[in-house]
Amino acid sequence: MIEIKDIQKSFNGKEVLSGISGTFKDSDSSLIIGGSGTGKSVLLKCIVGLVQPDSGSVFYDGRDFTNGTEEVRTEIRREMGVLFQGSALFDSMTVEQNVMFPLNMLTKMPHAEKKERINFCLQRVGLENVNKRMPSEISGGMKKRVGIARAIVLNPRYLFCDEPNSGLDPVTSIKIDELIQEITDEFKMTTIVVTHDMNSVLTIGEYIMFLYKGKKLWEGDNKTVTSSSVKELNDFVFANKLLRDMQGK
Amino acid sequence: MFLGSMFRNTEAFAIYVKRVIDEAILIGIDSVFIVSIVSTFIGAVTCVQTAYNLVSPLIPTYTISLIVRDMTILELAPTITCVVLSGKVGSSIAGGLGTMRITEQIDALEVMGINSASYLVLPKIIAALLVFPMLVVLSGFLSIYGGYLAGTLTGVITPQEYIYGIRSDFIPFNVPFALIKSVVFAFLIASISAFEGYYTEGGALEVGQSSTKAVTKSCISVLLADYLLAQLLLGS
Repeated sequence: MIEIKDIQKSFNGKEVLSGISGTFKDSDSSLIIGGSGTGKSVLLKCIVGLVQPDSGSVFYDGRDFTNGTEEVRTEIRREMGVLFQGSALFDSMTVEQNVMFPLNMLTKMPHAEKKERINFCLQRVGLENVNKRMPSEISGGMKKRVGIARAIVLNPRYLFCDEPNSGLDPVTSIKIDELIQEITDEFKMTTIVVTHDMNSVLTIGEYIMFLYKGKKLWEGDNKTVTSSSVKELNDFVFANKLLRDMQGK
Repeated sequence: MFLGSMFRNTEAFAIYVKRVIDEAILIGIDSVFIVSIVSTFIGAVTCVQTAYNLVSPLIPTYTISLIVRDMTILELAPTITCVVLSGKVGSSIAGGLGTMRITEQIDALEVMGINSASYLVLPKIIAALLVFPMLVVLSGFLSIYGGYLAGTLTGVITPQEYIYGIRSDFIPFNVPFALIKSVVFAFLIASISAFEGYYTEGGALEVGQSSTKAVTKSCISVLLADYLLAQLLLGS
């Protein structure tokens, strides 16, 4: 379980996050949604420790990550898997080396076992025969899959995905969403996905936190997200014409 | 603070050994061609221009190679080579790290609990410290050989006179002085370029700006350090 308590963050005097609190339960796919510039990615970066909040704390199963010692932070970081918006694959490494990288750096696993593990992870995300390819030689959707494979290779307890659908076609987007949901259920991870994609919201949102101008305006799940009375959330959810038409009916 | 951060939460020694070897190949082997070309021509030009200026019949011809030797060891090999390397290696380090920063590759390392500064920057600095003196030694040899080729092929000096000149009045301290300079320049170029690249913010435009800043600052710092070292070690 990940708990965030009263997270506040400003850049150059401009408040980006204002008193955000929430709880992301185990084995749930939780979403942080909102329009562009509402602070979703900054909140995710505060949660994973890439940005230090001005005040507030993040707790991983009761362990204080924000104000904890370097040892505690390192221990928690090694239980995380992160899929970045642009996949963040290392350009100079092949797909196989990218996925193997966390194993090389953080484990003393024998080479054969590492190979077995990366082949399992690549197969799990639906990729085969791409081991020797460079990131520049594969498509955007494949990069996301490699990113997910690298994120899960250490069997993390917590999985974070920053805009996993950005730059993907609708069909690939849905496949990536389904993959994240399946992996979360299969490995019993606590997953947080930052997105503004309504398909994701309706497909995998077991817990949804809606941000607007740096504030949490609503929280709920994908069953209640379309029936809220919060105007800003409705404007966001029903921005799509198809959903507006469905709402009218 | 940046340099200090490299020594916190470090990785296993074997990882650094492999990274240093990789970086040494990138910085060293890949720079051999440009260093060789620049050094050979600088030696050749120094020889021809020295001969052009030595018009008095009272000055022996072997003075040409003596001047080529001393200019090469004291200044041209360490300083010009490092100025060239600040362009090639400095922009490569800053551009590489800057791109890693804007494409979140550095963030990916950080969330794995890896000290990105230590993993990415420390091996570059160590590799530069190891490889730059080797490149400077190579540059010195090629520069003197370039002078020999230019001098003998154009007939301004005979091979015997050239060899005699480069062996005359040799001051052994000049060689360690050149090597000390190369180590100091290596540290300045690698650390300044890494700093500029590592703290890049923005997009492709900013990566370019970081590379430019890295080269400019490295060159200025090399020239400043060159003067200070000359004053400190040769001044008295």
